[in-house]
Amino acid sequence: MPKIDVDVTRCKGCELCIPACPHDVIGLSKTFSANGYYPATMVKSEACTGCKLCAFVCPDVAITVYK
Amino acid sequence: MKIVFEQTKGLTDIPMRYCPGCGHGVVHRLVAECYEELGVQENTIGVAPVGCSVFADEYLNIDMIQGAHGRGPAIATGIKRNLPDKLAFSYQGDGDLASIGAAETLHAAARSENITIIFINNAIYGMTGGQMAPTTLLGMRSTTSPAGRTVAANGYPIRVCELLAALDGPVYLERTTVDKPAGVVKTRKAIKRAFQYQLEGRGFTLVEILSQCPTDWGMTPLQSLERVRNEMTPYFPLGIYKEPEDDKKARPKKDAVKKES
Amino acid sequence: MSERILMKGNEALAEGAVRAGCRFFAGYPITPQNEIPEYMSWRLPETGGTFLQAESEVSAINMLFGAAAVGRRVMTSSSSPGISLKQEGISYCASAELPIFYANIVRGGPGLGNIAPSQGDYFQSTRGGGHGDYRVFVMAPKSVDEMANFPRICYDIAFKYRIPAMVLADGILGQMMEPVTFDFDPVEADSLSIPDWALRGSKPEERRVVKSFDLRPGKMEEWNYRLEKKYDEIKAEEVRYEAINTDGADLILTGYGTSARICETAMAQGRKEGLKIGYIRPITLWPFPTRIFRDLAGKIGKFLVVEMSLGQYVEDVQLSINGRSEIYLHKRPAGGIPTGEEVLEVAKKVLSGDKSKFYV
Ligand SMILES: Cc1ncc(C[n+]2csc(CCOP(=O)(O)OP(=O)(O)O)c2C)c(N)n1
Ligand code: SF4
Ligand code: SF4
Ligand code: SF4
Repeated sequence: MPKIDVDVTRCKGCELCIPACPHDVIGLSKTFSANGYYPATMVKSEACTGCKLCAFVCPDVAITVYK
Repeated sequence: MKIVFEQTKGLTDIPMRYCPGCGHGVVHRLVAECYEELGVQENTIGVAPVGCSVFADEYLNIDMIQGAHGRGPAIATGIKRNLPDKLAFSYQGDGDLASIGAAETLHAAARSENITIIFINNAIYGMTGGQMAPTTLLGMRSTTSPAGRTVAANGYPIRVCELLAALDGPVYLERTTVDKPAGVVKTRKAIKRAFQYQLEGRGFTLVEILSQCPTDWGMTPLQSLERVRNEMTPYFPLGIYKEPEDDKKARPKKDAVKKES
Repeated sequence: MSERILMKGNEALAEGAVRAGCRFFAGYPITPQNEIPEYMSWRLPETGGTFLQAESEVSAINMLFGAAAVGRRVMTSSSSPGISLKQEGISYCASAELPIFYANIVRGGPGLGNIAPSQGDYFQSTRGGGHGDYRVFVMAPKSVDEMANFPRICYDIAFKYRIPAMVLADGILGQMMEPVTFDFDPVEADSLSIPDWALRGSKPEERRVVKSFDLRPGKMEEWNYRLEKKYDEIKAEEVRYEAINTDGADLILTGYGTSARICETAMAQGRKEGLKIGYIRPITLWPFPTRIFRDLAGKIGKFLVVEMSLGQYVEDVQLSINGRSEIYLHKRPAGGIPTGEEVLEVAKKVLSGDKSKFYV
């Protein structure tokens, strides 16, 4: 199953990846990271196609995509 | 399952210190991906500006030099004229490039200096806290145009690509955005093309990227993308402003690129 | 090598730089130094080097910043207002420890001033000129021969210590013709080893960064101490001066560059007339030859400073003598050029007890 991995040490919770995902896979975590941000996380992991669009827009290179 | 997207080796492992949602991060990554993909990472020298990206040397995994505010094109000229086989680029903000360094930009373009400029137009002075830039839109508030930029007080924003397109020197000028995945893909293509032209010795190339500065615009990152789409792109139309005639139809193919050993 | 050639000062300086390995020049026209870029525009291409007429002095110095960062022997030249414009870039070079060589063929100031010879840029040259705590190695030639030979010394110092080095001269030295002997073998620029700090593209694990700042707490202070250490070493090792007839002198004449020539003439005539006049001339303005003045202070009662500016050079003499001898000052600004007779006249007055030129 395709999936993304968000590096919480880099993610700043800017949300840019959320509308970039055509399948509403991403949301923000309810708990904040060591850096004080609510990092992005998969909220509908089964819908991920591994299309990489989220990673394209992420300003902090926090997303790794697997397929 | 295999990795289909991961951080390029063109970047260091240091997390970037830009504000959440800032456009600089995406563009850094694209620049790094391009020199890496072209196989010239070890033969690239970058010039970092004065501005928020003054720290670019920490993130771009190549030989770097940081110079005086606005003088990137002159510094890159000094490098390139002495090391013509290297890829030399100058990374600059709008205050840096279009205000204090306007003369250096114009003349490097006019000389068709064989360098590439990566121009981040975020319509504001980011580093110094949100003052008016030469590209601040009419009506847009900044800390030095608190009621909004007016023609009477501040004149008009400068359209850099259009201005440079009037010169014979530039070989390739394109304006893009990084507000959507498609824009990011286009920007990446543009940067790569600019680098390729430079490696082919064609002359001056510049890619202008409309970018968001959520912090100094006083917006959330998502709101700032809306401003790029709804306010910036109407004034700063996207597209190619100059390209080699022979490439208008046939875009350069990968095998046309002279790779350095 | 020991061939004597008749040359104009500015051209001798340019040729001296080329023979010392200069392969990159960027500059902007301004009188009275135009012969330098004009000479470089045909001479550098002959050597495989690059000449660039920049769009401004600001751009020129930043072209040097880039070219110096890749390890080249680089040069720019200008005259007073142009050097003012270059100061930010020179400060960057000092902080980033980039060796550059430049010349200021000084004209009358302030403002646009005039194109006449002047020494009004002494403070600008010896006090750093731009912003921040830094120093520039400053040489003051007094002849065309020195114009020809000082660039090599400047490059040696600039590369040894990784600092900016300059020649401070004026329109007289720039325009006059004199015989020149280059006292060194031409440097083969291509055979110079590339410094290990020079940018040239590298593997990620070996990458180099040239920059002029460090924003981490306390780091810029350390940075400054590191620069200071070099400056202290230069002060200890690289002072150059000329001292003639100082033993048993009643009066020491002192000046630099063109003023030094005038002092020499006055001394020679004075000694013919039986006056015990000596002469000291700093060859490096920074580091300043403090010790020779300090050693003679108290032993020789009177020093007469001659400068083509309104009391700039005299301050360094004053600091060195520190109240232990009387200092007199003969000054002419912005195109006023004292003659040997004029200076001898003043010297005679000073020796006879006249206090009208008393400085401190
Ligand atoms: C000579 C000089 N003038 C002014 C400054 C202060 N300064 C630092 S960054 C900056 C503006 C940067 O804005 P921009 O180029 O748009 O880049 P951004 O920070 O938005 O990325 C200014 C004016 C300086 N460092 N040097
Ligand atoms: S890879 Fe594509 S589908 Fe998966 S989260 Fe990212 S954008 Fe959504
Ligand atoms: S775009 Fe990147 S930094 Fe922003 S929330 Fe998504 S993963 Fe985090
Ligand atoms: S101030 Fe603006 S340009 Fe600077 S890092 Fe923050 S968002 Fe980016």
